[in-house]
Amino acid sequence: MGLDLMTWVALLTVLLVLLSAVLVLVLDNFIGAVAASGVVSLGVAVLFVLLRAPDVAMTEAAVGAGLSGVVLALGLRRLGLWRLDDSELGAGRAAPRRPGGRGRA
Amino acid sequence: MRNIASLLFAAGLGFLLLVIAGQLGFGEPSMLIGGDILSAAPDEVGAANIVTAVLLGYRGIDTLGELSILFAAATAAGLVLAGGRGAAASHLSDAPAGFILRTGADLLFPLLLGVGFYIILHGHLTPGGGFQGGVILAAAFFVLVLARPAGGMSHTAIAVIEGLAGAGFIALGLWSLLADGDFLKPMLGKGVLGELLSAGTLPLLSLAVGLKVGAELAGLMTQLSEQPPPELTGQPLAGQSPEHTAGPETQD
Amino acid sequence: MAYLTFETILYAGAIGLIALGSLGLVLSRHLFRLVLALAIAEAGANLLLVLTGYRGGAVAPILGVHQPGTTMVDPIPQVLVLTAIVIGVGVQALAVSVLLKIYRAYGTLDLRVLREHLELDLAKAAGIRAPGSQEAPAGERPLPPPIPAVAKAAKESAP
Repeated sequence: MGLDLMTWVALLTVLLVLLSAVLVLVLDNFIGAVAASGVVSLGVAVLFVLLRAPDVAMTEAAVGAGLSGVVLALGLRRLGLWRLDDSELGAGRAAPRRPGGRGRA
Repeated sequence: MRNIASLLFAAGLGFLLLVIAGQLGFGEPSMLIGGDILSAAPDEVGAANIVTAVLLGYRGIDTLGELSILFAAATAAGLVLAGGRGAAASHLSDAPAGFILRTGADLLFPLLLGVGFYIILHGHLTPGGGFQGGVILAAAFFVLVLARPAGGMSHTAIAVIEGLAGAGFIALGLWSLLADGDFLKPMLGKGVLGELLSAGTLPLLSLAVGLKVGAELAGLMTQLSEQPPPELTGQPLAGQSPEHTAGPETQD
Repeated sequence: MAYLTFETILYAGAIGLIALGSLGLVLSRHLFRLVLALAIAEAGANLLLVLTGYRGGAVAPILGVHQPGTTMVDPIPQVLVLTAIVIGVGVQALAVSVLLKIYRAYGTLDLRVLREHLELDLAKAAGIRAPGSQEAPAGERPLPPPIPAVAKAAKESAP
């Protein structure tokens, strides 16, 4: 379309970053929100590489996606917000899914 | 009403930043200090990585300030969390991890240790340095705690390493103060550009920074992971965000 | 499509991140989402800082990789951002610890419920009665009886 490769990569990465940032604020599941914040950090690390800043990219990738995600996830567990799916909420939900599928008689 | 005001605030903030950014002239930085540092750093400091040269050579005292901020944050978190470390139940609250994580952690630990020390010691030659390597060291030690939560980590050893590394950083600065008249000035000569033992005391400073950051973050994460989950403290589960509290109770 | 330059895309990304982060800070009602929004705003601010040092067509500030004499990007914003990233994770760890303490003390992380708890605690500590609800701000009916000395003084000075 007339844009060179670096601009294309930058455009796609910025779109990914902004979409993940919106997901962080919108998702109900807190594990998903923490994962989306890790995606934001990784996208920003790629942008740092495009901006010719390798030290900063390494730090952002290690700290943002690694350490920050671990600290937030540890906090989630201790705060009681650790839910993998929505079927454990409330008392009125259907019975939990049985493992092994419904194919068996 | 509150949402509209917040949207207006965010839009106004964005507009303000756009106006400021539009006048900055992208692609031609003014480089008031950067140009001088780029031309003077190879001769004065002797490090190939100019960012590390600035971080530890020209602005070493800012790095000392950052280390003290990290120390304050880790100490404050330790103070805040100390009351919650339950009795004997806290170590057994998490079951030991499965076979894959345990074996993977045993295999990953020496690799992560090697990569971390490599990045720390080569900080003045290639992209890297004390902070990046310190984070990898913290991850290396925490992976062991994740695999075997009942094992725990000796908090005394972490505190001793952190204290000694921080004291070593300050001692190097004081030594250059007494010997040369400037606090945290790189000593020991420049060496040949590109060798491991070059740029004076910069590898030693990187090592001190890396050990301190690694020990601090590992201790912080271990303290967080030793807190008991809410089932053991008898607390109700924290609810979701209140926009959706009506969901599960009104369905089915 | 002429306005979709490298510069515009990156500036839009950084400023969009800051705007989204501050929007989340103001609008979130759950304290944990506040910490997440803070992390996003920090990432956006760091990106904006590194953007100011970019020089078109330059290389990374590492010697020995390219021919000596090639123009390099400005290293000063990178140094500042390196510090800022590590401090950011320290602040997030401290925030999570404080969140744990709040949760242990009050049992919830909803900002509106916490605000009511806080008002009750403050009123109890000050020794006054807690502020009433929004529907009856002046307190219960009937009103408490007037103090006798004040009532006598008012009756004597009225006619």
